[in-house]
Amino acid sequence: MSYTEKELKEELDNKSYEFGFVTDIESEKAPNGLNEDIIKLISSKKNEPQWLLAYRLEAFRVWQKMSEPNWAHVKYTKPDFQNISYYAAPKKKKELQSLDEVDPELLRTMEKLGISIEEQKKLSGVAVDFVMDSVSVATSFKEKLGELGIIFCSFSEAVHNHPDLVKKYMGTVVPHTDNYYSALNSAVFSDGSFCYIPKGVRCPMELSTYFRINESGTGQFERTLLIADESSYVSYLEGCTAPQRDENQLHAAVVELIALDKAEIKYSTVQNWYPGDAKGKGGVYNFVTKRGICGYRSKISWTQVETGSAVTWKYPSCILKGDYSIGEFYSVAVTNNFQQADTGTKMIHIGKNTKSTIISKGISAGKSQNSYRGLVKIGKGAKNSRNFSQCDSLLMTDQCGAHTFPYIECENPTATVEHEATTSKIGEEQLFYCMQRGISEEKAISLIVNGYAKEVLNKLPMEFAVEAQKLLEISLEGSVG
Amino acid sequence: MSELLIEIKDLECRIDNQKILKGLNLKINKGEVHAIMGPNGSGKSTLSSVLAGNDNYEVTSGSINFLGEEISEMSPEERSWKGMFLAFQYPVEIPGVSNINFLRTALNERNKYYGVDSIPAKDFLKMVAEKSELVGLNNKLKNRSVNEGFSGGEKKRNEIFQMAMLDPKLSILDETDSGLDIDALKIVANGVNKLKSSENATVVITHYQRLLDYIVPDFVHVLHEGKIIKSGDKSLALELEKKGYDWLKTDENI
Repeated sequence: MSYTEKELKEELDNKSYEFGFVTDIESEKAPNGLNEDIIKLISSKKNEPQWLLAYRLEAFRVWQKMSEPNWAHVKYTKPDFQNISYYAAPKKKKELQSLDEVDPELLRTMEKLGISIEEQKKLSGVAVDFVMDSVSVATSFKEKLGELGIIFCSFSEAVHNHPDLVKKYMGTVVPHTDNYYSALNSAVFSDGSFCYIPKGVRCPMELSTYFRINESGTGQFERTLLIADESSYVSYLEGCTAPQRDENQLHAAVVELIALDKAEIKYSTVQNWYPGDAKGKGGVYNFVTKRGICGYRSKISWTQVETGSAVTWKYPSCILKGDYSIGEFYSVAVTNNFQQADTGTKMIHIGKNTKSTIISKGISAGKSQNSYRGLVKIGKGAKNSRNFSQCDSLLMTDQCGAHTFPYIECENPTATVEHEATTSKIGEEQLFYCMQRGISEEKAISLIVNGYAKEVLNKLPMEFAVEAQKLLEISLEGSVG
Repeated sequence: MSELLIEIKDLECRIDNQKILKGLNLKINKGEVHAIMGPNGSGKSTLSSVLAGNDNYEVTSGSINFLGEEISEMSPEERSWKGMFLAFQYPVEIPGVSNINFLRTALNERNKYYGVDSIPAKDFLKMVAEKSELVGLNNKLKNRSVNEGFSGGEKKRNEIFQMAMLDPKLSILDETDSGLDIDALKIVANGVNKLKSSENATVVITHYQRLLDYIVPDFVHVLHEGKIIKSGDKSLALELEKKGYDWLKTDENI
């Protein structure tokens, strides 16, 4: 370890502080508000090295000078950042005695998703007598990964066990100065995931946060760092199709992907945060910064199915720095009732012969607003770069909105940039046609919507795709008008 | 003695407050082919939509008795399950949904209604192979999205293929001949003829006598102003071809 004497002392100090704290940690919650003391408190509670505290504090200073962006096509009451508690001791979920105590609506949805009873219990916080298979699965899973030298752990663990890697890469793709929410996240992030795939290793299984041991619920300010070393490959799944309820209204995560030369990262997300009720009350604000950087001949592919959140602000992006690198973005975003989504991607072409593909499928229902916002930027040196963008919108009612905001900046005359966009309304004629053939309206909607989103759903890993299909079906129940 | 399949009595319906059908009567027995002809705007397509249960049309009076059951309030899918089939004049496109998947869903939904197990993949594919040959449907079309990028002729042929797969009791062909060249017309007609049996019936809605050379009707009806004003055998179609409709539009009919 390359700790200096000073860092070691600092660490020991922190430790004793933490230990001293532990006795009443169950009830301990940081007071509302955000200031340097709170950040020091978070850092010390997590027993962090000095450099990380310094990073947090710097981010906080930057954040204070920034203002919340308001260019997105969404309307919401801005959160009061001084009225949030930024640290709470890892909370134990209230244990329920049986499924009878769980919100029946939640159970109904999980049943439709085909989630097993055991899993239902786990997801809804019911005490399970016998810890189900997944733990043993996860253990053998971890062993196997370990043999290959793959590191897959929580962010906090990585800070302690792999500080060199974290220090080297953290903030290199999404700097703390990047935007308001990433600065906030950098200052106060709670935990998240860390993943490192060594040179030449092809990760033999899909990495999913679901299997990560020690996961104590999803934090409000998550941070993910994924590094694929040269010529490696990894497919990473994030999220869950089961509805996620959370008392935290604001979520501001940061995800950084680093694909070194000839590496490939496939990052799939299914997001189903609580969208608020049918009247538009409540619901999660999801303000996420996701970005990857590509080395020579490497590839990053983002696939997302977004059905949740009251307000979504999210642009998984690729910086195509290395020559011949490839960036892809496949997205299905569903909004219903009063949901608002402003989502898309940025493809920044820097290297020569770089290629990017954007397929975005928006589905708006109810009174929701669904926007695609994307930037394709071809730098001066990005000779022979190519982009293809396709942005489709499907409207389910007369009261919803679909919007497309494509930005194209091209500084190299040898580049090819293509953009296609369509808007269609789910047709009464289409529905009647299906119904005449004996397919009920609900089934017909699901058939039509899944057909519309097929190009994207096909990019998801198999078992995820099946769940995502069902999720679309549920999200749009009774939504044609 | 032939068995009654459908009986339409004094049927009146409207769309957007406009009366279209004004007391239509029609009886069809199993094993029969009926042709419905008539000038533009006489209500031919409305009749097919109403029979299939399109809720844009409001049935204001009269009854539709299908296989002994009143169906004027029944949902389109339930009518379909009971054996009603409409070959659309303008078949719609459903991007991203393969023909095969579409039909399998349709058959499974019907099986579910009757409490029957879903059809095994092997049997289903065998059925697809048989039926598509029957109507000369190009193999590739089966895996393409429903009607997407199909030519006019391919769409119509696909309708007849679906009809073959669903094996309905009553098939209504709504201007299936429109937009078809003579070769395509023959293929489509040939398919329909092969599907004919003593257990089912066909209603052919058309403007032209031409189709009736290939699908020979037992009865021809002339629809005008939302009513059947004349019925006859196939010779009536030939007469209409020669004389047009005007000679029928007498004062008492209007």
